[in-house]
Amino acid sequence: MSFLQMLIDAASVGGLYALTAIGIGLIFGVIGLVNFAYGEYIMVGAYVLLLSAGLYWPFAICAVLIFVVLFALASDFLVFRQVRRAPPETLMIVSFGLSFMIQHVWVVMFGSLTRTVNFLPAINHSVEIGGLRIAGVSLLQIAATVLLTTVLALFINYTRIGYQMRAVSENPRMARLVGVNSNRVIAVAFAISAVLAVTVTVLFVAQTGSMTPFFGVSLTMIGFVATVIGGMGSLPGCALGGFLVGTVTTILQMVLPPHLQPFREAFVFTSVILMLLVRPQGLIAVRSAWERV
Amino acid sequence: MSDEETPMRDLAALLWPWAVWAVLLLALTLVFSQISPAMARITTDTLIKLVIVTGLYIFVGNSGILSFGHGAFLIVAAYASAWVTIPLAMKGVILPGLPEVLRGLQLSPLGGLLTGMAVAGGLGLLAGIPLMRLSGIAASIATFAFFIVISVIYNNWTDWTKGTASLVGLPTWVGPWAALAAALVALMIAWIFQNSRAGLLLRASREDLVAAHGAGIRVMRLRLLAFVLSATVAGAGGVMLGHNNGALTTANNVYLNLSFIVIAMLVVGGIRSLSGVVVGTLALSVLAEIFRRFETGVEIGGMMLQIPGGSREVLLGLCMLLALIMRPDGLSRGRELPVPGFLRGGRAKAAKTETEALQ
Repeated sequence: MSFLQMLIDAASVGGLYALTAIGIGLIFGVIGLVNFAYGEYIMVGAYVLLLSAGLYWPFAICAVLIFVVLFALASDFLVFRQVRRAPPETLMIVSFGLSFMIQHVWVVMFGSLTRTVNFLPAINHSVEIGGLRIAGVSLLQIAATVLLTTVLALFINYTRIGYQMRAVSENPRMARLVGVNSNRVIAVAFAISAVLAVTVTVLFVAQTGSMTPFFGVSLTMIGFVATVIGGMGSLPGCALGGFLVGTVTTILQMVLPPHLQPFREAFVFTSVILMLLVRPQGLIAVRSAWERV
Repeated sequence: MSDEETPMRDLAALLWPWAVWAVLLLALTLVFSQISPAMARITTDTLIKLVIVTGLYIFVGNSGILSFGHGAFLIVAAYASAWVTIPLAMKGVILPGLPEVLRGLQLSPLGGLLTGMAVAGGLGLLAGIPLMRLSGIAASIATFAFFIVISVIYNNWTDWTKGTASLVGLPTWVGPWAALAAALVALMIAWIFQNSRAGLLLRASREDLVAAHGAGIRVMRLRLLAFVLSATVAGAGGVMLGHNNGALTTANNVYLNLSFIVIAMLVVGGIRSLSGVVVGTLALSVLAEIFRRFETGVEIGGMMLQIPGGSREVLLGLCMLLALIMRPDGLSRGRELPVPGFLRGGRAKAAKTETEALQ
């Protein structure tokens, strides 16, 4: 029983991480940008939920969806498009700076203290399946992960714009030469990553009910780690990496003696370093995204 | 002009950019540390940041790998110095969990500084051996993971570090002049390293890793050398930070935010040149101070101007973004100060004629 329980916990935590990792990995795969501001898409969405408290929940989610997608598109248009050809480390710092700025805009507007909202309390009720008690939100997390990754995979493999996205990712100049509107394709990638961010927001807020302007940071960090472990630029790799980090976290939570519990993160990140040493190209390597040598 | 070898002039030409920055920093310190005690504190703070940015630059600028892990060296160096310099009477009370050897030990400030640098350098070597095998983005993420590991350990290792509470009692010996001396030495180390054989080989590997390997450059070893040197210099900055404040804490992600600011200074100034280090550090420090003034209210032409609390970070972030969008290679564009004509000559001139002849 405890093993199955652990498996479900791992899958639900891992699902959240996987969604975050895919959102980051998608943008990296298409334009080579390591987007630190991704956590801010998640964070601003949570505050929209806070402001729309009292609305019937589907409307609230719609409001978040519209706001966050526009927000992500604006960040691409106003910031990232301006530095499209800059070296990757500059891109990384630009996104770091953007994330820093957004966080502090939110501090000015909402203060830095924790705000709480009671969003969809119904889904935190546990259901019993075959002797296991499972929180509704865990089931939703697993379901959302499976659904979104499937839809995304189909989209990228079978639609025209998905095809173009892969072309831009493979060789941006060539793609432009054969008539792909790369700015539009990139905008679509940002919109998709925003949709993933909204999913994470809704699940996260429903589960914890609290937010600060800085809560996106830790999710972004885990998303990154998952992306790198999985193999930068490979979407199945990102999903795999997310589940792996979720599983390691859950297992450590169960097996570590109490006095070592505070050090849990140290163990997780040590395993990340070890993982990178063994397989620096990630679990699922993408040739085009990797330096030679 | 004669063609004879002029070693003195070559040396002067080599040191020229360092000397210009040194004179500038000396002048700025002289002026600002006299204005008011508050200004002196800001000067000290800026110079300490300069030491840290220079430390980071020694690795990042020469190897081309962005490190998010240097915050770890600040932490270990600052705490190591605290363990050996807090007065004995206080240490027994504040840190009863320290082992006997450390509890009975009290070193001079210099001893603390050297201890801190040695610990940072040692950790750099230990962490660098595995980390330097990685390249590109994997290396950056791995250094970040390394930072998290160290910071989580120091955050929860309450017997030695008091965790998120404050560790107090550090002798506050760092003022503007000590910080200036440290900054000048750090800049000198960085300048010598980047013009040394090892530095030049490492820079070659930064430009083209494949070609560097092909030419027989042992990239991993050079990267490790730069990483350890860089950790040691950054560690010195970490020690000074602690002895400037007189207290240490790991609460509220102070070291994460500090790392971010330090990386931002390096990138805004220009990752590829030592001049970028100085320019970036000074530019962001000055801006941060101006915005801080505006937050408390500034009177301009009889009008009271005040920006809402917390918006200085927003403006700082905005300036950084604008700087990066307008000059993605940094304010210095990766160039160093030019050497004036009267110092050029000798070898430099010979090299120039040779190039011209080739063209």
